[in-house]
Amino acid sequence: MTTIRAKKAFPWHIIFFLGPGLLIYLTVSVYPLLDTLRLSLYNEEYNGDLTFTGLSNFSKLLFDVVWSDPFWNATWNNLKFFVVHMLIQNPIGLLLAVLLSSPKLRMRNSYRTLIFLPTMLSVVIIGFVWQLLLSPLWGITENFMWDIGLGNYFDAWLGKESSALFTLSLISVWQFVGLPMMLIYAALLSIPDELIDASVVDGSSAWQTFYNIKLPLIMPTIGMVSILTFVANFNAFELIYTVKGALAGPNFSTDIMGTLFYRTFFGFQLQEGSLTMGAAVATLMFLVILVGVALYLFLFQRRVQRFAL
Amino acid sequence: MNFALPMKHNRGKALVTHAVLMTYTLIALFPIFVVIINSFKTRKAIFNDPLALPTAETFSLVGFEEVLLRSEFGLFFSNSLIVSVVSIFFVLLLGAMMAWALTEYSFKGNMLIGILVAMGIMIPIRLGTVSILELMSNLHLVNTLWALIFVYIAQGLPLAVYILSEFIKQVPKELKEAARCDGVSEIKIFFTIILPLIRPAMATVAVFTMIPIWNDLWFPLILAPSDGNQTITLGVQQFIGQYVTDWNSVLASLTLAIVPVLILYMIFSRQLIRGLTSGAVK
Repeated sequence: MTTIRAKKAFPWHIIFFLGPGLLIYLTVSVYPLLDTLRLSLYNEEYNGDLTFTGLSNFSKLLFDVVWSDPFWNATWNNLKFFVVHMLIQNPIGLLLAVLLSSPKLRMRNSYRTLIFLPTMLSVVIIGFVWQLLLSPLWGITENFMWDIGLGNYFDAWLGKESSALFTLSLISVWQFVGLPMMLIYAALLSIPDELIDASVVDGSSAWQTFYNIKLPLIMPTIGMVSILTFVANFNAFELIYTVKGALAGPNFSTDIMGTLFYRTFFGFQLQEGSLTMGAAVATLMFLVILVGVALYLFLFQRRVQRFAL
Repeated sequence: MNFALPMKHNRGKALVTHAVLMTYTLIALFPIFVVIINSFKTRKAIFNDPLALPTAETFSLVGFEEVLLRSEFGLFFSNSLIVSVVSIFFVLLLGAMMAWALTEYSFKGNMLIGILVAMGIMIPIRLGTVSILELMSNLHLVNTLWALIFVYIAQGLPLAVYILSEFIKQVPKELKEAARCDGVSEIKIFFTIILPLIRPAMATVAVFTMIPIWNDLWFPLILAPSDGNQTITLGVQQFIGQYVTDWNSVLASLTLAIVPVLILYMIFSRQLIRGLTSGAVK
């Protein structure tokens, strides 16, 4: 019906509906991304002129020690940051979701709302809050650890090269655990009761029911949680910047791709900012995210489709 | 069958479930609670007994006085409010219009535009920052709230189009066809029939759009870092960076940033959680 209509006259109404939104999206989102990819192939001269240099920015970033050391350091750190989220945040989220979905649980809504609360707050706020709590000056954490008999293990974790990154990862895990919890909880709720009942009638234990029935059914959601975690982690910046500043100290031990991108683009004490090198870092981040998303679509979307309800 | 045993077993299980959930709830709330109670105490009390509630002797508002005196908290707050409200308004309006066009009409390029918009859900707009800054400086929008508003509209549109499309698809065909038979224009159909019907979905989209905008540090830091155009998140970051040793002020500024969000969360958490758990975002 609409096609007949469209043939009659030029579809002005489509332009009216689509135009303004698409214009803003193309100008402020699509074009800058493509332009960033383009700029990564140029070099900025001292007078501000751009000359085409092909892939030389990338070969600098990947192989020239001055650039590649920080780059691989940031990539490696970012990977650790991601692994901590995958191994701690998402399993805890899963556990909480399973507990929340137990039948006839009282205060379910209160738990849900309260555990999700930190996710709502700005990463900046959370960063400062934990900086205060972990501060040896204030001593809240230290006193608490003495109280439970672990006082000897307390340290200024955020200030040590060996522990700063892990501590920051845990802060981020603490803040965002509500997200996997909520999404997995929703997936668990959507499993038909008959399936569970059938499994119980067949004599499966709670663990067997979970492992054989529920887990395969929530796999698509776990896949989605993983890719969301991946994209968010490889795009993170605020927490490190708030707690450790743009230099991601001590000695760049908490540097991740987001902070490296910021420093490369805007410069810092040791190095002038560069438009084109910044674009090159952003392009590599883009490729990393693209690979992650492609892997997700390939592995998860295809394999788990047969489980989909 | 003997029911007594499983019952007992269930009660034990319920107890463990509650214990775990309660422990985690405490872990989630404790840090925020400590910051808020200490912002109402004297400096001495903050250090002497951080876990005590403020009493008549230890109660003090000196931190808040300092913050309100030394920074333009009210201004930052209203900047954040303006940026969020204007961005959300356009994300909802333009997002609904795009969703309607993409789901209702078949035309050349429909699929391509759909995919292009969907890619925006996964690919962070931040990656284009280098060129966004150039673009905004060419448009003379750097250090204005408009730069942020444009970026946030572009950032919010993909998810809005996606969620709203799902809802627009559910509008019964008969409604639209009846209106068309009566000669109602497409534009009027959209604004008088479709928009009111998808209002509940728009509330969900509004909440999802609001959170990242309100909490963002990256774009305010790059596009509007000074001249009284700071948003609240950037304002707090800069203020604390400057007065890092003044514990009263630090705690008070954190509390001032947390409390409005807490209040909004208490009001809208139902909406938000329903959105998250109804499968609207998948």
